[in-house]
Amino acid sequence: MIEVVKLTKQFGSKLAVDHLSFSVKKGEVLGFLGPNGAGKSTTMRMVTGFIPPTSGDAKVCGISIVDQPNQAKQKIGYLPESAPLYQDMTVIGFLKFCAAIRGLTGSAKNEAVEKAIETCFLQSVARQSIDTLSKGYRHRTCLAQALLHDPEVLILDEPTDGLDPNQKHEVRQLIKRLGETKAILFSTHILEEVEASCSRAVIVDRGRIVADGTPAELIAQSGSGSLTDLFRKVTTRDTEPTAEAAA
Amino acid sequence: MSSLTIYRRELSSYFSQPTAYAIIVIFLFLSLGLTFSFGNFMRVGDSSLEWTFFFWQPWVFMLLAPAVGMKLWADEQRTGTIELLGTFPVSTWSAILGKFLAAATVWFVAIALTFPIVITVNYLGDPDNGAILSGYIGAFLVCCTFLAITMLVSACTRDQVVCLIVSVAICVLMVLCGYDDFTRELAKAVSPGFVEGIVSIGVWDHFRSLNRGLFRLQDFIWFGSIITVCLLGTSAILSAKRA
Ligand SMILES: Nc1ncnc2c1ncn2[C@@H]1O[C@H](COP(=O)(O)OP(=O)(O)OP(=O)(O)O)[C@@H](O)[C@H]1O
Ligand SMILES: [Mg+2]
Repeated sequence: MIEVVKLTKQFGSKLAVDHLSFSVKKGEVLGFLGPNGAGKSTTMRMVTGFIPPTSGDAKVCGISIVDQPNQAKQKIGYLPESAPLYQDMTVIGFLKFCAAIRGLTGSAKNEAVEKAIETCFLQSVARQSIDTLSKGYRHRTCLAQALLHDPEVLILDEPTDGLDPNQKHEVRQLIKRLGETKAILFSTHILEEVEASCSRAVIVDRGRIVADGTPAELIAQSGSGSLTDLFRKVTTRDTEPTAEAAA
Repeated sequence: MSSLTIYRRELSSYFSQPTAYAIIVIFLFLSLGLTFSFGNFMRVGDSSLEWTFFFWQPWVFMLLAPAVGMKLWADEQRTGTIELLGTFPVSTWSAILGKFLAAATVWFVAIALTFPIVITVNYLGDPDNGAILSGYIGAFLVCCTFLAITMLVSACTRDQVVCLIVSVAICVLMVLCGYDDFTRELAKAVSPGFVEGIVSIGVWDHFRSLNRGLFRLQDFIWFGSIITVCLLGTSAILSAKRA
């Protein structure tokens, strides 16, 4: 359902994403791992149509995001990294706005909003103004926005960032549950999450895929039975001298 | 359709916060205050309102219109909500249109609330209401032009203060450029061709004729094309920024 073909993004002289190719099928949850600055968010922004790729293409349900952005965007639910929200609205007002912009009207809109509020446990803050919400609730409001139109493809940039342990658990369960009927791509820095909810994971480093497989395969690949070890082995660390500096 | 949703959101954001009220109150205070003080409204007996009332409008708009428009894209970029808007199935163009119309509506309300002055002249004298209407249309067009310029500037920056300062500067320039006293001084220093060029970017030439009740096609084209160019420019800047 998500098909990424040789996606490349160049910012000035910096190559953020380098001919990245992968695909996520229906019923699959792909964990997107990698160190800071690896190009995870940039890839997601290109797949969701926020920034145009320098070259390459991403297809969502067979629709190219480059050629038919509006049709492709309808299929996607997206949670941006910083969980941006309109501060001057209430939670319910914001969700209604997002539902309306997705083309939902009348009772369908109200039902979608109610369901999203329930799924993300927002009942207690539904009528509160967004600028008075705590960080975790903001994050959940933005997650609710991504689920509103029951999209076939979910792209979540660090969905568990800033959540308390209970909510982290809930969101992992939610991702796993939704993953049965959708295609989900989510990035994270918490490696246990990969084992908890992913059916497959890729590790990116400097815009390239350096490891790809099911959690079990990756753990086997590490040799020591720990994902952390594999992650440290295949990615470049900021603490190491870089190739240029060494030369 | 999506323009309408965005329009509604922007409008309710203006009126759920003090912004719109503050600006409307200051606008009414300034424009009516200037009419009755410097405009000498009671003494002159200018029932067409041309010199006493409409004359002050561009001066007030050049300071206040950017205050309404400055948040439109600057805020969206500062809080990152542009990433939401950019991934919703709406075109940039419909977002621009929705936002622009919302800001224009705030000003429509503000300008409409000056109606007591029209009632007053009708009570005191026998004015040409057609000319007053066309004066109002002119004032609204000047205001929309300034809003479009502000919108263009706000697409360039995430900082509302920078946006306000730059757009006020541009609007002040546009008001001064066609102003008689200013052009007369300028004419002494430079060639007439240059002065003509300067006057053509000023608002007065076009605003004046509407004040007198003249509907000239060229004025509408002038206002319309500046607004269109600014909105197209906004769209171009927003897409260029994402690349
Ligand atoms: N608009 C931009 N202009 C220039 N460089 C950018 C821009 N956006 C991202 N980059 C660069 O692209 C690289 C990848 O950034 P990206 O945000 O995708 O990393 P990430 O994998 O999401 O990291 P993190 O784990 O910290 O979220 C970084 O080096 C970043 O500095
Ligand atoms: Mg990121």
